[in-house]
Amino acid sequence: MDGMHDLGGRQGFGRVRYSLKAQTFHEPWEKRVNALYSLAVKLGIFNMDEYRHAIERMEPRHYLSASYYERSLTSLATLCVEKGIVTREELERRAGGAFPLASSSAPGRPNVAARERFKPGDRVRVRNDHVPGHVRMPGYIRGKTGIVVSESPAYPFPDAHAHGVKAEDEPTYDVRFCAEELWPNAADPAFVHVGVFQSYLERVA
Amino acid sequence: MPDQSHVHQTTAAVEKRVDAIHAAFDERGMKPGEFVEEFKHLAEEQWVPENGARVVAKAWADPAFKQRLMANGRDAVAELGLTMPAHHRHLVVLENTPTVHNVICCTLCSCTAFSIIGLPPDWYKDLEYRARVVRQSRTVLREMGLDLPPEMEIRVWDTTADTRYMVLPVRPAGTDGWSEERLAKLVTKDSMIGVARL
Repeated sequence: MDGMHDLGGRQGFGRVRYSLKAQTFHEPWEKRVNALYSLAVKLGIFNMDEYRHAIERMEPRHYLSASYYERSLTSLATLCVEKGIVTREELERRAGGAFPLASSSAPGRPNVAARERFKPGDRVRVRNDHVPGHVRMPGYIRGKTGIVVSESPAYPFPDAHAHGVKAEDEPTYDVRFCAEELWPNAADPAFVHVGVFQSYLERVA
Repeated sequence: MPDQSHVHQTTAAVEKRVDAIHAAFDERGMKPGEFVEEFKHLAEEQWVPENGARVVAKAWADPAFKQRLMANGRDAVAELGLTMPAHHRHLVVLENTPTVHNVICCTLCSCTAFSIIGLPPDWYKDLEYRARVVRQSRTVLREMGLDLPPEMEIRVWDTTADTRYMVLPVRPAGTDGWSEERLAKLVTKDSMIGVARL
């Protein structure tokens, strides 16, 4: 989905709030949230693709205003409700107030049928696909052309895996794009490499 | 109309919401308390940048190891007793040189090889870094204190699949003959993300 989470190349954001030896956690509850969603994954309640997608499904204003770990919490709670582990009413009664959850999911999709195996040096184009469910193709590479630099082992296809749709594992390719082609006359010159699933790619003759 | 009950309710404080999930898990016998303690141990003692620092130092000191590391990162770090979660199926090591600089990010969420380079710092997960570093790499790095010469080629790596990346920094001059232990002390998490050079 073309959600608020797809931030690569968005303009208007200011300086990175950088500090040396920056912390990962700031409040004790943040570590608990990280632990609790890890526990849910370990117990097989949901997988990491479902977890990521439930964050993406958050209402955009909530997504932008929530901290990183509040987004984790919202995904965890949403999936526990959707999987029937707990009801929203129980969570709200225990929390003593409203418990905002993510919006419901659109259907997933299986792998693209006509997939090709690529090798380093191949020129590829990212398909012009608009996917309503989970997808790991950042919007800034859609329709763009790049060069394959390496192949990674086959993984579960996230567009299916986040939705319980049966699919084959498929390789991903590290594809090299030129920043100046992604954002003509509007980017610092650099090579931008993206891990792209096979289903998102087509060969350029 | 079950949703009517939510309309006028104030959102519970985030900590209360965490408590609610925790208590629900506890009541269902899922032992969240035990797991939180286990997780704290992993986060504080196991998933630390000293792991990646050992990998970098060995790659500097041992050319044969470096070759194996560049060919298959996951297998090579296992030689040092380091493990990666099952869903991190591949570790790609990106070598900096005097003319090439690599930097990693995750624009869609905040993926990292956390069991090797340590859990990501707060700024790595912030909207600013995720939005800007792919498009304004040189500017963002300069703002973060890394002013690269104009002729230095920049390679950004967006962690959008289950492949994980780490940067192999350039070995600092004047360290000939140093032991791996001493070399490892030079290596920081930020240098393995690629927002700093050593």
